[in-house]
Amino acid sequence: MKLRLGIDVGGTNTDAVILDEKATLIARFKSPTTSDVSSGIRNALNGLVQNNPDLDLSAIKFAMLGTTHCTNAVLERRNLNKVGLVRVGAPSTLAIKPFVEWPDDLREAIDGRYVIVEGGFEYDGQETRPLDEAAVRAAAESFRGKVESVAVSGAFSPVDPSHEQRAGAILREVLGDEIPITYSYEIGSVGLIERENAAILNAALVNAAKVAAGGFQEALAAHGIDARLFFSQNDGTLMALEYAIRYPILTVASGPTNSIRGAAFLSGLQDAIVVDVGGTSTDVGILVKGFPRESSIAVDVAGVRTNFRTPDLLSIAVGGGTRVTNDNGLQIGPASVGYRLLTEGLIFGGNTLTLSDIAVADKRASFGDPSKVAHLDADFVKQVTEEVRRMCEDAVDRVKTSAAPMPIILVGGGSVVIPQDLAGASQVIRPENYDVANAIGAAIAQCSGEIERVFSLQEMTRDQAIELAKKLAIQEAVQAGADESTVQIIDIQEVPLAYLPTNSATRIRVRAAGDLAI
Amino acid sequence: MSWKLSYEDIDRIAIGAGILGTGGGGNPYRGLLRAKQQLREGRTIEIVRLEELPDDALVVPIGGMGAPTVGLEILERGDEGKYAVERLCQYLGVEVAATIPIEVGGTNSFAPIITAAQMGIPTVDADGMGRAFPEWSMISFYFDGQAPSPVVMTDAVGRSALIQHAKNAKDLERVGRAICVQMGASVMVADRPIPVKRLREVAIPNTMTFAHRIGDAVLKAQAQGSSPIESICEVSGGRVLFSGKITDVDRRFERGYNFGRLKLAGSDDWQGLEASIDLQNEFLILRVNNEIKAIVPDLITMVDSERGTPITTEVVRYGLRVTLIGIPAPSQLTSELALTRVGPSAFGYDLPYTPLVFD
Repeated sequence: MKLRLGIDVGGTNTDAVILDEKATLIARFKSPTTSDVSSGIRNALNGLVQNNPDLDLSAIKFAMLGTTHCTNAVLERRNLNKVGLVRVGAPSTLAIKPFVEWPDDLREAIDGRYVIVEGGFEYDGQETRPLDEAAVRAAAESFRGKVESVAVSGAFSPVDPSHEQRAGAILREVLGDEIPITYSYEIGSVGLIERENAAILNAALVNAAKVAAGGFQEALAAHGIDARLFFSQNDGTLMALEYAIRYPILTVASGPTNSIRGAAFLSGLQDAIVVDVGGTSTDVGILVKGFPRESSIAVDVAGVRTNFRTPDLLSIAVGGGTRVTNDNGLQIGPASVGYRLLTEGLIFGGNTLTLSDIAVADKRASFGDPSKVAHLDADFVKQVTEEVRRMCEDAVDRVKTSAAPMPIILVGGGSVVIPQDLAGASQVIRPENYDVANAIGAAIAQCSGEIERVFSLQEMTRDQAIELAKKLAIQEAVQAGADESTVQIIDIQEVPLAYLPTNSATRIRVRAAGDLAI
Repeated sequence: MSWKLSYEDIDRIAIGAGILGTGGGGNPYRGLLRAKQQLREGRTIEIVRLEELPDDALVVPIGGMGAPTVGLEILERGDEGKYAVERLCQYLGVEVAATIPIEVGGTNSFAPIITAAQMGIPTVDADGMGRAFPEWSMISFYFDGQAPSPVVMTDAVGRSALIQHAKNAKDLERVGRAICVQMGASVMVADRPIPVKRLREVAIPNTMTFAHRIGDAVLKAQAQGSSPIESICEVSGGRVLFSGKITDVDRRFERGYNFGRLKLAGSDDWQGLEASIDLQNEFLILRVNNEIKAIVPDLITMVDSERGTPITTEVVRYGLRVTLIGIPAPSQLTSELALTRVGPSAFGYDLPYTPLVFD
């Protein structure tokens, strides 16, 4: 019997679950999230082990972690590496310099420096200028002793990465085998500024990722668990630990994705709306063919523009710990007591009225001490409930793509505060183990590969370009740990380039995913 | 009288230009970054009215040409516009007093500003479209059949092309596009300089200030928590024509143009109604329950229903909550001659132009 461990770090709680080979839940534990994150992960794992003395720890062969280490590092500007960037793109990209519009404190935190060298490509793969190798070498020399991590970007590197690769090789020669190198073509899509920003952030996060990985390894080693380690990434799939250390930026939005995937798994639905309610906020996302629908607009990471695909979510200030006041008219949130609900909520003997208290007073939930909320006015309780219903129904309607009713899956520890009869829903499901859907999402995740490139149609047909893109995406998925026989193409998008003659070039994006090779 | 732009002014023009772009003209974000860069480097961006320049002064029309996606990677060297103007002036043996945008809508609002700042001359508060259109022949300066040539096209690696003796704007478009694609699908173009006297007859005046006013209204409304959409209508003389959610996006590319049709389901006052939008790079026709509510050259602009920020045809997708605002086209676009250049027939529609009329 091979077991999987899934751990997910949320804003309020860190959850740990164990699933067996059939993905049946056999153990679970919730523990408050801590400010350093790693100790919360240790606590959750310790609690899980202590509460399940019969668990065969040696059977845990896979361990998946969805963590906020890297997100917090960027948001708090802590534990970031000093970064040097080489952009291969003179003269065709000189008009906008690297680090444009970055928050000053973030650029200072990474001591961001850059050099732009000649080279780069045109949209159809023609070399704009040969790579200026001497300039790359000089840049590398200027970085020596001053930077801890380097990033390389290049004009149209998604069409032809060879200049980025060669520049990286020179940096490696000068700066040695230890220096981490991030290539923009490996982590972002078309859009030089955004892809370069993502590469710089990635380079800055190498240490934070190592800390996260080290903490996870130690927590497991303390219990003698010898498992293959994976991190959850933004698109809801897994990456092996070695890969996560190289591409930490891909973990910054993994939390909501895990919940959506967990909801899909627990409900057995492939197309639905997922309402994930935590202690402080609710994320409403949409599940399409078993995966979260992704946002189509540039995503801002801590004030920096990137072009990552993250789940298209709508957040509202409704959670289990959300405060309710009625001093100057009804006010629901955004303030929340978060995990202190267990001491500050009325039903737990505290003095703060929260949405959990309202749910208990409305007899939609039974936990804590119901007598502590018996005094609440029934009309007031109804008024709050209706307002929460209105907020949720509005959020659900906004993420929907058509007026037709869709199933709604309620997950997350705070979901008891949401009324079950929502308009616009064909059915409302709160599956068993809804409150650890995120950790389950991490544990059951697939491995994926994605490519997005501009293909020149001078030497191949459009169909050949799509076939090539599919092949590359499948290769990526297998490299990420997927069992090749289970890999499927989950999305193909094509955007021909406007203003060019028909069929001269096209931009294709393909995602493939498959089950973890066990 | 002249007006020197601040960083805040640039933000406002970018939003206004996006709204006047009616879905096309490209995203002004990169233009905005580059315009701000001029200020950071100590240059001055000056806007003047046509009335302030002498009759015989020459003004050079400038705009970028190319595929918006290419513009995401090729950020330009930075002085392509200046180089194009210098080459053209050298060839013609003239000097120019100012630059003028060919189109105020979208990213082309910034090209002439940046060039002018680098050359130390002002930009005229006027343009050739009052919005965005996809072709040279749709610039009001050339409605009467005059050709824009000679023109100079320059690219980011320093190549330049001079095209002379084009028969007319359409002829120039055909040749220019082919060259543009070979130059990497991202070029800056300077048209033959035009005397101020003529521009007073053929240009659409005060469009930079118009873009600024719209952007200012959006930002003020956002800051005050009031409706940006009402503010846009108030300052633009526009009216909300539909509000709802995009339910279908059907896009295809032909002859290098972005064609398509969007469907929307109404909300609020339009609950239960359906709308469709025909697009060819820009939004051209809005129908509500199959009845035409607005048609080119009137402006059909799409904004985010909450924030009032413009939405371009490249980012339209299922599920977006949008509001469509109709803004009457400037009178220069609705004469009998103008309608043959930018009316429904210019886009292949056998439909009459029915002006937006608000009571």
